Amino acid sequence: MELNGGSVVAMIGKDCVAIASDLRLGNQAVGIASNFDKVFPVNDKLYYGLPGLATDVYTLREHLRFRVNMYRMKEEREITPKTFTHLVSSTLYEKRFGPFFIEPVVAGLPTPTELDPHPKPFISTMDTIGCITTPKDFAVAGTAADKLYGVAEGLWEPDLEPEDLFETVSQTLLNAVDRDALSGWGAVVHIITQDKVITRTLRARMD
Amino acid sequence: MECSFGLTGKDYVLLCSDMSAGRSIIRMKSDENKIKTLGPHLAMAYGGEPGDTNNFAEYVERNMRLYHIRNHYPLLPESASAWIRRTLAESIRSRKPYSVNLLLAGYDTTTTKPHLYWIDYLGTKAVVPYAAHGMGVYVSLSTMDKWWFNDMNKREGVDVLKKCIDEVKKRITVHFNFNCILIDKDGIHHIDIESEDPITELESQQPKETLVDAPNPPLDIGNVGVTA
Repeated sequence: MELNGGSVVAMIGKDCVAIASDLRLGNQAVGIASNFDKVFPVNDKLYYGLPGLATDVYTLREHLRFRVNMYRMKEEREITPKTFTHLVSSTLYEKRFGPFFIEPVVAGLPTPTELDPHPKPFISTMDTIGCITTPKDFAVAGTAADKLYGVAEGLWEPDLEPEDLFETVSQTLLNAVDRDALSGWGAVVHIITQDKVITRTLRARMD
Repeated sequence: MECSFGLTGKDYVLLCSDMSAGRSIIRMKSDENKIKTLGPHLAMAYGGEPGDTNNFAEYVERNMRLYHIRNHYPLLPESASAWIRRTLAESIRSRKPYSVNLLLAGYDTTTTKPHLYWIDYLGTKAVVPYAAHGMGVYVSLSTMDKWWFNDMNKREGVDVLKKCIDEVKKRITVHFNFNCILIDKDGIHHIDIESEDPITELESQQPKETLVDAPNPPLDIGNVGVTA
């Protein structure tokens, strides 16, 4: 966590979700790279962020890509956000006594089905050993988590439209990481809606 | 007590490492080559726990060579970086981890792009335009922040590298000798960083004279292994 730095935030809007991360990779106080993305897609309706130890970001991402591909081939359908959360959770708990130093955040829109024609946007977060929390407003993780809680608590409101949600999540992230020495160095935001995903990189303070 | 850095340019990548070997405050050697060539267009500068370093570097070198022999083409920098990262990531959670930090530099002959990777003993990998390991980070990173720019030609690249070395000599009490290579479309070349204009020297010589040999010359694939 405090070795490489980095933060992720996810928020729920009206029929949309947002997930954003900073781009810093550090070695304690020394900044190494400003292109280290921590948010990855599973499919075009489901993204997840992995803030924490950078070596585990790669390892866990490779591991999850394998497991999602296996799921896709066995089930012949895309994984839902809820199932994916449990997949991540059990992957983390497998390493209960030598954990991945990562606190994942999942954000996605479930596809409408016959049983559930109007599914709600979904976000969830876990601790390093896979204990799930499913908030109905926002989820934060990483070295700036405490700051993110404060800003998100003040800025978030229910039923934000995609563009308003983008503004809220961007301001939340930028203002939180500016108060954290281990996060920042650029940011990337994904807004997931039923018909498209909007990805934007933000200009941020580079100090 | 080690110091290495690398930087990318328009169509080449430079890699530079100190040459000291010793224990704690004692230097036992000042001409130890700590840059390993891994293929025709791939090399790495390594440092860390003595013993682990050479052992790991040779392990990587032979695996790269094995891939080359099996497939008749070398592993590209991107794929090589992924393999090395994974090896270190698996090692860190093993009973006896390798304690090796490295800079991997390569030239992708298929896309004609230079690549530089910062990799540490945990298996952390960063794709970077310029990077440093060891004591050099505290002075050379800021020097490169100031002077590095996109698509530098070879002379400009060597100038930045010289600035870094000057800064290390000026600000760090330990004395270092540096060893430097350049990788471009023609392969891996040794560069005399102490000379006035290394690039003119490089260009005036026949390409073969400056070339650093890749591990074993490439196999003549037409005559090998195709019996029966």
